[in-house]
Amino acid sequence: MKLNLYLTLAALVISFSSCISQENPPLIETPDQTKYGTETIVDGIEVPWGMTFISEKELLVTEKKGVLYRVSNGNKTEVSGLPEIYKRGQGGLLDVAVHPDFKINNLIYMTLSSHIEGDKGGNTSLYQAKLNANTLEDIKLLYKAKPNTTKGQHWGSRIIFDDDGHLFFSIGDRGNRDVNPQDLKRDGGKIYRLNLDGSIPSDNPFINTDGAKKAIFSYGHRNPQGMTIHPKTKEIWENEHGPKGGDEINVIQKGKNYGWPVITYGINYSGTPITDERSRPGMEQPSYYWVPSIAPSGMAFSSSRVYKKWKGDLFVGSLKFKYLEHLVIKKGKVVKREKILNEIGRIRNVKEGPDGYLYIGVEGKGILKVIQK
Amino acid sequence: MKLLSLIFGLFIFFEFSWLHQNKPLEESIADGAEIYQDFCVQCHLDSGEGVSRVFPPLAKSDYLLNNIDLSIKGIKYGLYGPIEVNGETYDGVMQNQGLEEEEVADVMNYILNNWGNSSKQIITSQRVSQIQE
Repeated sequence: MKLNLYLTLAALVISFSSCISQENPPLIETPDQTKYGTETIVDGIEVPWGMTFISEKELLVTEKKGVLYRVSNGNKTEVSGLPEIYKRGQGGLLDVAVHPDFKINNLIYMTLSSHIEGDKGGNTSLYQAKLNANTLEDIKLLYKAKPNTTKGQHWGSRIIFDDDGHLFFSIGDRGNRDVNPQDLKRDGGKIYRLNLDGSIPSDNPFINTDGAKKAIFSYGHRNPQGMTIHPKTKEIWENEHGPKGGDEINVIQKGKNYGWPVITYGINYSGTPITDERSRPGMEQPSYYWVPSIAPSGMAFSSSRVYKKWKGDLFVGSLKFKYLEHLVIKKGKVVKREKILNEIGRIRNVKEGPDGYLYIGVEGKGILKVIQK
Repeated sequence: MKLLSLIFGLFIFFEFSWLHQNKPLEESIADGAEIYQDFCVQCHLDSGEGVSRVFPPLAKSDYLLNNIDLSIKGIKYGLYGPIEVNGETYDGVMQNQGLEEEEVADVMNYILNNWGNSSKQIITSQRVSQIQE
């Protein structure tokens, strides 16, 4: 009788604990890893945060601690003339992207952490510069989030472009979740939209909202570190680091509120709850949320035919579990998840190159090209 | 007697100057807890347990407790593997977090006196400043 009671209790405990650690479907699959491999494009980079192709064969790569590399034929050359970078916590030199007309104007954009004015600490800024061989010229500050803070977390940031002459970039909540993400008068926890010269588009969603930061395109974000344009629908797809069990994929729409921290599927990393609310009218649901959290950083769609059966699929780097996640999307929903390149290392960034291959930035390594065998 | 009061006077002087330059251990640990939540918890986790083979533990970590100066150096300038912690090898990258010397001392005092760790040494910002790359 006593034994029975213990067994029942044990069963209860096990089912309860498996319940709270339950993986959000679809469950991740691990296919035969010998089917995939990598080729090293460049090595010897600690944290390859951002990358952008400047030609079929050459790319720019950011090293978080504050180095911009120009990479050709496996060799990396330091580009000089970077603005001053405020290095603290997760901050540093973040993303880099070429202007849609780079071939004509040689312009690039960078996001980085900076302390250029005001109080102690720093915040995320967006710069434009002209790349002349291995030097940056005509450096222009296009945006600087305020106020500064000595918090180390959640700077964002990714830079992308649409086909209509807009630039989008993200800034995380800067470690002040209860103040920044839901307040349109404040920076942080937002995705911003600018014209390519840094001016604010006249049809931005909060252009007529009193006191609002006019560059805001969407809000209620925690820390978006992956952003890409869907090759067919041209929607903006984004992934953001959530709290424990709250990493998200969102499709970003103009003026929408993505809910952080009012609604979330996650809990604090200490295990304490943030809120019971998973949804609320006027706040967007994620397209997908990861339980357990994979720490998603960098995302890209495969739009080419260089890989078998991957066209139209989404690829997201996992910092935490050190693999590339392959997600099959049907009608905007994730229907299948697979581990590719298991144990490759902490993946910081994923990009599709001009040759149609996927390129990943791996911490402690550098830039690798993804191949199928 | 004169000698005794001189020694006593010197003792008071040094004690006072020490107190003057360094906050009490409890305050340093409390400040260190905030730094830990801000800069360290993402990888080393809430109970300093780390993630086996990915992020080394700090709780009952032989590397930390036996290599205090190396640990300070790691926080101040970054730490690049491989290192061995409690019998497991960690071959990762911890970049320096841009902390001030006082913040490094505070977070060291916090991790040295938490999760079952205890240390007789109180880390001061002077000690942190003396450690070079």
